[in-house]
Amino acid sequence: MIEFQSVYKNYRVAGQDIPALQPTNLRIEPGQIFGLIGHSGAGKSTLLRLINRLEPCSGGRILVDGIEVTALDAAGLLGFRRQVGMIFQHFNLLASKTVADNVALPLKLAGELSGKQIQQRVSELLERVGLSEHAQRYPAQLSGGQKQRVGIARALATKPKILLCDEATSALDPQTTVQVLQLLAEINRELNLTIVLITHEMDVIRRVCDRVAVMDGGAIVEHGPVTEVFLHPQHPTTKGFVQDAEQIDESEQRDDFAHVPGRILRLTFQGQATYAPLLGRVARETGVDYSILAGRIDHIKDTPYGQLTLALTGGDFAAALARFDAGDVHVEVLR
Amino acid sequence: MDILQGLLGFFDNVDGYEIWRATLDTLLMLGGSLFFTVLLGLPLGVLLFFTGPRQLFERRGLYALLSLVVNVLRSLPFIILLIVMIPFTVLLTGTSLGVAGAIPPLVVGATPFFARLVETALREVDRGIIEATQAMGASIRQIIFHALLPEARPGIFAAGTVTAITLVSYTAMAGVVGAGGLGDLAIRFGYQRFQTDVMLVTVVLLLILVQILQSVGDKLVVHFSRK
Repeated sequence: MIEFQSVYKNYRVAGQDIPALQPTNLRIEPGQIFGLIGHSGAGKSTLLRLINRLEPCSGGRILVDGIEVTALDAAGLLGFRRQVGMIFQHFNLLASKTVADNVALPLKLAGELSGKQIQQRVSELLERVGLSEHAQRYPAQLSGGQKQRVGIARALATKPKILLCDEATSALDPQTTVQVLQLLAEINRELNLTIVLITHEMDVIRRVCDRVAVMDGGAIVEHGPVTEVFLHPQHPTTKGFVQDAEQIDESEQRDDFAHVPGRILRLTFQGQATYAPLLGRVARETGVDYSILAGRIDHIKDTPYGQLTLALTGGDFAAALARFDAGDVHVEVLR
Repeated sequence: MDILQGLLGFFDNVDGYEIWRATLDTLLMLGGSLFFTVLLGLPLGVLLFFTGPRQLFERRGLYALLSLVVNVLRSLPFIILLIVMIPFTVLLTGTSLGVAGAIPPLVVGATPFFARLVETALREVDRGIIEATQAMGASIRQIIFHALLPEARPGIFAAGTVTAITLVSYTAMAGVVGAGGLGDLAIRFGYQRFQTDVMLVTVVLLLILVQILQSVGDKLVVHFSRK
């Protein structure tokens, strides 16, 4: 478990303290994929680097599995960092070393395994990320997705319990992004690894994260389960991210609906409710007519969801509303 | 035949043994001074890099001091350094003449130059690499030997090549204070006795030496570049 207790961070620029992270309390449960989303400069990168103390915090306490990271001495910190893997936007592989030597590096630095044991572990790791045949290549000979796989293998070398991902897919094309995210989700399940990832893309959060925190201006402005935050965003920043991901402009949509007669509702289905034949049943039983104005049906990680904007005319509107409410569906009356 | 005779006659003043001795002296001075320059300059370059602005061990005072010393030594004309160094050289090697007497001023002249080039080469290493190595729990020592130096190796070899060639021209100058070598031959016979043939031969030999150094250096740089 990762726990932030009133942690804050200021940068000193030209004799002045510039706050990078407002006092923050946060708990990340073990085995979770925890997403931090924010625009650049929102403080997410700072927050991530506080966990393995690549950045020292200005105040507060950070506990990782009961270890007070903020109080470790120099030697303790080096030992602690070996239990936390990290991958980066630009991969940060050593250009002068082969793929195998890059993956072996953390093991060599730790100095606990023999050469032969290191070799064995490296080939296991490369097999896991599907790069066995590239072991003797240099990073410059690999594609972006392959480089990030090397980064992941390297980060997992010392069998960490936590993996920090710093914009790990931001330099990759959409297809490669999906593959790398799948790999992260797999190792999260197989190794029960806690993953903290930062991104500026809601789609990354939607695909793999269990929980999400939205950051803005150096503070967490909204957090919770991804389904909750994604389907019912509260803060304007969150709404912006969701709309970008869905490519919807809500204000434009409202204008379009101005000419549509009747009442307008937004229904949100989640899990099994997504597949229930609710609309037809309610229409039959209450005599309302419906037309679908907008909608999407997709997955958030493994949870199916649907979100439909409907115009209802005729029949018994109040009864229809009650039936929807009772049917395990979240209802918002837009008009 | 006459032309050939005339051509050979042009090289009348060239004494093969003298040239051979002088070449050997130049190579010894170059080898000895390059060895000590790298030995002292590499750590100095690493120190300059780490204590520099916004680096891992930023120490403003120390960096300013090191920088000042390096700048002073680099701004001093080498010919002046040669003379100023004489008492110190005698203290160190027992003589200010010959190969042994030339090496200390050569090293003092070239080390700051090489150290600056090393500092620049290290700055070229992506900061992300240092951060990634830090995140693995590497100590400063490990960061230097496992990440920084291997990554900067092409740049450091390039720096070594430039330094070696600079040292060749320094050894020629060291002839002025009795160091021996090809430069000394060029000055004493080629210039002062108007023996153009000696001048020509020594200059050609120096040129060949520089060519060899540059191409070996370039080959090493390419060999260690993986980009």
